[in-house]
Amino acid sequence: MPRTSALQAMTLTYRRDLVLAFRHWEQVAQPVVFFAMVTTLVPLALSPELNELRQVAGGMLWIAALLAALLGLEFLYRADHTDGTLEQMLLSGQPLGLLAAAKTAAHWTACGLPLVLVSPLLAVTLGVPTEALCTLMLSLALGTGILSALGAVGAALTLGLRRGSVLLSLLVLPLAMPALIFGARAVDMAIQGEVARGPLLLLGAMCVLSLTLAPFAVAAALRISLE
Amino acid sequence: MDAEAGQVVHVAGPNGSGKTTLLRVFSGLLPAEQGGIRWRGLPITSDLEAYATTFCYLGHSDALKADFTARENLAYGVGLRRPVTAAGIDEVLSRAGLSGCHELHARVLSAGQKRRLAMARVMLAAAPLWILDEPFTNLDHVGVLLLSDVIAEHLDGGGAVIVAAHQPPAIPRHTASCVELS
Amino acid sequence: MNWTWFHKLASPPHFYRIAGRLAPWFGWPAFLLIVVGLYGGLVLAPADYQQGDGFRILYVHAPSAWMSMFIYSTLAIAAGIGLVWRIKLAHAVAAASAPVGAWFAFLALATGSLWGKPMWGTWWVWDARLTSELILLFLYMGLIALRASIDERERADRACAVLALVGVVNLPIIHYSVYWWNTLHQGSTITKIGKPSITSDMLWPLLVMMVGFTLYFAAILMTRLRAEVIRRERDASWLREGLAR
Repeated sequence: MPRTSALQAMTLTYRRDLVLAFRHWEQVAQPVVFFAMVTTLVPLALSPELNELRQVAGGMLWIAALLAALLGLEFLYRADHTDGTLEQMLLSGQPLGLLAAAKTAAHWTACGLPLVLVSPLLAVTLGVPTEALCTLMLSLALGTGILSALGAVGAALTLGLRRGSVLLSLLVLPLAMPALIFGARAVDMAIQGEVARGPLLLLGAMCVLSLTLAPFAVAAALRISLE
Repeated sequence: MDAEAGQVVHVAGPNGSGKTTLLRVFSGLLPAEQGGIRWRGLPITSDLEAYATTFCYLGHSDALKADFTARENLAYGVGLRRPVTAAGIDEVLSRAGLSGCHELHARVLSAGQKRRLAMARVMLAAAPLWILDEPFTNLDHVGVLLLSDVIAEHLDGGGAVIVAAHQPPAIPRHTASCVELS
Repeated sequence: MNWTWFHKLASPPHFYRIAGRLAPWFGWPAFLLIVVGLYGGLVLAPADYQQGDGFRILYVHAPSAWMSMFIYSTLAIAAGIGLVWRIKLAHAVAAASAPVGAWFAFLALATGSLWGKPMWGTWWVWDARLTSELILLFLYMGLIALRASIDERERADRACAVLALVGVVNLPIIHYSVYWWNTLHQGSTITKIGKPSITSDMLWPLLVMMVGFTLYFAAILMTRLRAEVIRRERDASWLREGLAR
């Protein structure tokens, strides 16, 4: 009997998750709106002066994006767990780590990518010069990728727990701190006109590392949570 | 306990006796604390993923996406395991008595129709072993007869079925061997 | 190789007895060493050239910091063993160690803070080591919170094992990142809680304290493990018979 290959299964899963996400596009919009709101909190809390805002823009944008991405992690497994389809994925005979990687990729496309695309608009409101916007987007693309990968592990571990979303944030935030350090540094360097090659390369390395190692942890965590 | 080709095993017992737990152990979701499960002589723990390709599991939940149509649910649910065609989906939907429901979202289907759709998934997946946990729930009288027929056809074709149910299932042309849990 | 001794050790009733007998063998030497170490550090060691007597808090700060990292590694290894070979005792070790490690991390942070006040006038400083220690404390709290949130013991054990392994892989990355971050912003305040250059009569109390703390951890681990074993084997017959006696 012909079997679906692992690659076909991954593509199917990726497309399925994207279609499901966009059938509820208001869920896709929530992290973006959250990102915008937190960015608005910054001038309200600090100062309306663009010169002052520019000093903290790199860090603040990154913090806001991180928190928004954390918010979106909730949607990764919750629905599939509730209606039983996650269990069926486990029982499909396909490598669970690859299916989980496909789900993570779809989640990043529906949740992380919008944050990246919206970031230039928000960055301008904090006084970030146009030359720095490219670095900002690249750093956020890598950072949200890292967060999706690490967050998937956390989401798999906290599957079905009451108040799991708060616990998820507690578990994932310490792991995301290195990405924050380098990402914010990259944006700050770009704001000051330097090329942020070092931090971006390190971010890229962390992204590749988390994308390759996380699926193993996610598969193990999913099996544990679904026992 | 043994399950052989053409055989239907009925796992019986009152509520809370562990029927669902036992079936989950059969499907590899739960590790067995004592003893083990073997498929064709090999322990399933040696390659859980390969074992998973040999059976189809129907649990308490229907495993349907409310936002997907009946067709889309089958396309993904079975497509993960083996390639499906539109014709194949149409055929199994009409066999399950869901002819008009192709483009209906699972959300609007009744509980009985959802159970039939879940059963359609099992049928289309064409795995040798079926592990069914209370498959007759929510089915009307016609649905129960239909499901019994479907199981009988599967057994005729050399498949095996493990069913957990309160009542002994009436499968035409086959008698179920019973495992009682207390 | 004959593994029966290992399986015997890992059997709960056997381990319970052994742990009970071992605990005082760790505990009393620990007490002794800590007293000696404290005396050596607080009284005998000469005052530091730059920091005066304030540096003496190093004798509690450094061993605590070291213990918090040592315990995390131990915890991760035990959890890994429990996960791969499904040994319940290994999971119990991880469960029992986590709060101890967290307290050591907290102690390191508190003593670090106390050190900072007389030296540099502030209760807190974003020194690389202190920040790293703080993140380690967060990792511990995550482990403890996850275990508390899951009701089924098996799932809790295995989930915490995965988390501990993920944490231990990330720990070097976090450590390096924090150090790098700290070097970027030198100059505004004195950022390093620097170790004074150590002479031998300053060094030996430090080593004594480290060994003392390690033995203390071993003693406390034995005691906590006995409590863990009781909790996990609540319904087992050997426990009921043992208590009845």
